[in-house]
Order: sequence, then C-alpha cells, then structure tokens
Amino acid sequence: MKRTIEQVENQFETFQILNEDGEIVNEDAMPDLSDEDLQELMRRMVYTRILDQRSIALNRQGRLGFYAPTAGQEASQLGSHFAMEKEDFLLPAYRDVPQLIFHGLPLYQAFLFSRGHFHGNQMPEVNAVSPQIIIGAQYTQAAGVALGLKKRGKKNVAVTYTGEGGASQGDFYEGINFAGAYQAPAIFFVQNNRYAISVPAEKQTAAQTNAQKAVAAGIEGVQVDGMDVLAVYKATLDARERAVNGEGPSLIETLTYRYGPHTMAGDDPTRYRDEEEENEWEKKDPLTRFRKYLESKDLWSEEKENEIIENAKEEIKAAIKKADEQPKQKVTDLISIMHEELPANLKEQKEEYEEKESK
Amino acid sequence: MAQMTMIQAITNAMHTELKNDENVLIFGEDVGQNGGVFRATEGLQAEYGEDRVFDTPLAESGIIGMSVGLALQDFRPVPEIQFIGFIYEAMDAINGQMARYRYRSGNTYHMPVTIRAPFGGGVHTPELHADSLEGLLTQQPGIRVVVPSTPYDAKGLLLSSIRNNDPVFFLEHMKLYRSFRGEVPEEDYTVDLDKADVKREGKDVTLIGYGAMVHQALKAADQLAEDGIEAEVIDLRTISPIDYDTIIESVKKTNRVVMIQEAQRQGGVAAAVTSEIQERAILHLEAPILRVTAPDTVYPFSQAEEVWLPNHNNIIEKVNKVMNF
Repeated sequence: MKRTIEQVENQFETFQILNEDGEIVNEDAMPDLSDEDLQELMRRMVYTRILDQRSIALNRQGRLGFYAPTAGQEASQLGSHFAMEKEDFLLPAYRDVPQLIFHGLPLYQAFLFSRGHFHGNQMPEVNAVSPQIIIGAQYTQAAGVALGLKKRGKKNVAVTYTGEGGASQGDFYEGINFAGAYQAPAIFFVQNNRYAISVPAEKQTAAQTNAQKAVAAGIEGVQVDGMDVLAVYKATLDARERAVNGEGPSLIETLTYRYGPHTMAGDDPTRYRDEEEENEWEKKDPLTRFRKYLESKDLWSEEKENEIIENAKEEIKAAIKKADEQPKQKVTDLISIMHEELPANLKEQKEEYEEKESK
Repeated sequence: MAQMTMIQAITNAMHTELKNDENVLIFGEDVGQNGGVFRATEGLQAEYGEDRVFDTPLAESGIIGMSVGLALQDFRPVPEIQFIGFIYEAMDAINGQMARYRYRSGNTYHMPVTIRAPFGGGVHTPELHADSLEGLLTQQPGIRVVVPSTPYDAKGLLLSSIRNNDPVFFLEHMKLYRSFRGEVPEEDYTVDLDKADVKREGKDVTLIGYGAMVHQALKAADQLAEDGIEAEVIDLRTISPIDYDTIIESVKKTNRVVMIQEAQRQGGVAAAVTSEIQERAILHLEAPILRVTAPDTVYPFSQAEEVWLPNHNNIIEKVNKVMNF
C-alpha cells in the first residue's frame, strides 16, 4: 500500500527553472521569451509588489476595504497569467486581483471591488468574472466556461485559481472531474501558500502534493516552484497548448508563500507562523531571484526598477482618486441590476426608494 | 390540439426550444440516451445530438456550476436536478452564485438558465425525493420559481422560463406527471411568468395554492359547491415573485382566504402570502386567513404519506372555519 502511494508521489516532482540565486538550473525547459518579455514579466511583478504595499497602507487608512495580500505570490500569479491570451477566460479567487488587472480590469475598478461598489465588478470587455469569495465555486464554473469554449470551437482556455485550503472543497474535485470528463480546455491552479488562514497545508490532506489530486480526475497534474516565474510561465504555457489542442485540462500546483496576513481583516500570521519559516521563504522571494537573473543578462537596473515603482505609485494615486469620484450607490441602482425584467415586488420597492432618493 | 400528460407537455416544450434556439443545452444525470428517469427528455438526444443533450457526472454542484460557466459563454442551459432533495448539494451554485450573477457583475453577465427538478409527494418515493423545498428558493433574490399544475401551463411556462434571461427554478410535481391529460397545443405558445391563474371562479372564499394542491383545492371547491359555498381557486403558477394583483382582486370579492401548500407550515410560501394579504387588504377580510399545510416534521416515511400530506378534506375543514368565523 505504502509503495503505491510513493510511486504516485514520485510522479510529482517540483518543476523548477530558476533557483534561489537566479541561476538557470533547467536549461532544456527554458521558455522562449524575448528580452522585452522578460523585462515585462519583471515589471509586472515589481508593480504588483508595490500595489500590495500601497493597498495595505490604503486599507489601514480606511481608503480600501476587503484586501487579501499578494506579496510573495507574484511569480505564481503573474507568471501564470503571462501565458494567457486576451481571449482566454479568467475566473479568479479573492486573492487573484493582480491577474484580473493585467487581464484588463482598470485599477480603479479593482479598488472599487475592494471597497464594495458594483461598478468594480463591471467587466469592460474583459474575459473574466470578478473575484470569487466562495472557495471552490470558481472551479465548477471554470469547467463550464471551458466546455462552452470547446462547444464554440474557440482555441481558448478557462483559467482559474484556488489555494491549497480550497483543494479540500467538494467543488474543487467536481470542477476538475467535470472538465476531465468533457476534456474541456481548462487550467486549474492551486496556489499552495502553505496556510489557509491559520491552518497549515499538512492539516488539509495527507497527500504529499496537491498536484497529485489530478489523478482522481484522470487529468494532467504538475507541481511547480511557485517562486520561480519562468517555471510557472512554462508550465502554464504547456498546459494551455495541451488544452487548445483538445488534450483536456491540467491541474498546476504552485508552491508559494504569502508574506503578509491572510486578509487585512484582523489576521495576524505571527500567531501561527514562526520567524524562522518566514525568513526561509524571504530567501525564495520571486523578485529577488528574477532580478538577479535579469541583472546577469544586463536586462535590469536599479534605475529601471525605481522608474517602475514611481509609475506604479502615480497610477495607484490616480486610480484611488478615480474610485473616490465614482457616484455613491443607491438602492435603486441595486434593484435595477437584479433582473432584466423587474418582478412586481422589485418594481414596487424601486418606486418606494425612488421617492426616498428624490428627497 | 393534442391530449398530453404534463410530462409529455414538458418534453414537447424542450423539443420546441431546442429547435428554436441553438444555444439551448439540456443536461443532467441520465437525461441523454436514457431519456431521463421520468422520460422527460425522451428522444431529445436522438434528435438534437449529444452536443445539445448530454449526460453529466453524478454531482449536482458540478452540474449547476457548469451551467453558470456555460451561461458565461452565452449558452442557454436547461440543467436537470434528478430529485429536488438533492439540491442541497447545489445550494451555493444556485442561490450563492447563479441567482446573484447579474447583480454581482453589475449587469455585465446574466444567467439565462432554467433548472428543472421533480418534487412532490403521493407516489411513495424513497427518502429526500419528494420534499417541498421551494421555500429555500423563494427566499433568494435573483431567481424566479415556477410550479405548473397542468399540462397546458407546464409547456407554456417552461417555454417562458427557458426564454427568460434570468435564472428560473422550474419545479415539476411528480404526482402530476402522468395523473391526467389535458389539451396542449402542438405549436409554440407561452404562458406569462409572474402571473397567477384563476382556475375556478367563485364569490365566497378564495383558495390559493400551487402544484398538486391546486387539484386538491379544485376537488374541495366541487364538494363545497354542493353545500352552496362558491370557492374561487387561484393557482399561483409562479411562486417567486407572487402575483398579488390577482390575489387581492379575488380577496376584495370573496373577503375570505384559505392558503394551501404541500410544504410544512414553516416552509413554502404560505406565510409570505398571508402576510402580504393582511398588509394590502386587511379591511376586506371578514375572517383571519387560514393555512392548510403539512405538519412541521421531516417529510414522511413513504407509508405515512397519506396521513401526512394535506388534501381536499383539510381544505374543506379550514373553509368551514373561515365561513363560520
């Protein structure tokens, strides 16, 4: 019995291209990226790190609402998104706002999502839905989107994310199993950042990897160093290629870490994580190692990074201002977006609130 | 015109809409080659192909979650939940997701999905097949709930439901599937959603019901007529939202109401209906509104259905109370 489990687990070795020192350790797997692509990837990661720092600060000032920190997960989030095409459909979880922004959601709308304003969720010609709060629901929906793409004959994929805690949900399994049964073009990510709020990954499952859960659906499973942007990008690109060629869905586990709390709503990670572990993961910082790699190729400089940081701060400032200028929500607005044709109860209530709002 | 059972009328509606709209997809457990456990989808896969009518893995949450995804790709899904008791598996997908999508996306996306599910007692089903769980759905903003009681209404309401661009939960009472035939036009027609129907006119008391209870109310009305009491019978047809205009008009004429449902007293929509009537027409009432419901226990073991389910005798009893108040 034990032997069988070991045999299975041996199939899921961690895929890595770039080590902690920024050295290429798997030349054969190196994705075909131009110098500009490599710089763009770094730009996005730096931008997102700044966005995280500013979002935390803005949240503390009460200028943002719900916020789930992303620092540490840049390679996992942006490396995977970089392999997506604009026509691919994104179903993010609540921590996956960066992918949504790079898929086309204006930053001020991402801020409105955080604050709790419907305009934040109004996708402007972006193939995506707003961040999912019910852990697992995005997985079954992704299976449906992927089946839809397949039925429409499109060469596109549905991409969705959850955490390692989410991989314990029923919808997680149903999502990958449905996509497998229909050989639908979906890519399912498990961003394993070690903790579901305070519960460590070891308490979610006795399985040694989350990637091996793909076996239960009979689909491709890959475990990737989630702090290595090149490995995440490459694994996603390969999964995308398989999917659009009709070879079905993939499950990709990225081993990553969040440096911050679970959310800004009072979570304190020092209650459940020790400093030693945090320091260990700091050494794996996806920005540090990719910076080293780009510097060794003369593609990066401090000036370049500072310019990105300044631009990011300016954009964030402008976006918050634009969010501030958004008209306040009225009850009649909320009623109007319930149905195409309002039922009688809502017609009545709309009239009632129109009168109140006109005073 | 043809004589059809309710289940034939339902199949006929799906035929009509599969032909009419290429975005319509029908799927669920055993709805494909097998034609459904009640034959509701009989012949559909053979005629429209496996791309349009197909079986799913056995997982209700997956079925409804997949419907949401297909709707995001502009399909018009008509999924089936094999028996109503299994919707607990899919409650997030229905109430937590589908019902909220237009709102949560600020009108960017919408869910033109019709979920079909059989429910209802009187046919000795095993556990969790017959429960009346409509109250769980009617409390959720963003989803309509429709319960036909005749073959004619079933076809017209199902066509309206499928064509509606927001989610509809379409509940089909198992006892009514084959218990009688009715006139159903072969051609395309619709019955408006959100509209009740006066199934029998009367001036002395208003009986309000839906699903199988409409027929119990009609049976009671026949017997009451022998005693000189003319009951008006209103079939709600859509139970979310409820058509209060039709109800209030009737109440103003009869001044007495008995509200009937198969669900337990603490479930269903009876409490909501009585509450709205007292808000809108208390000065027209000669007596309190009484409710005929099932007792507040878990749905009965099948041998106990007869003593547990509400029937025409319970209705007559309550009518006599409101008449003699």
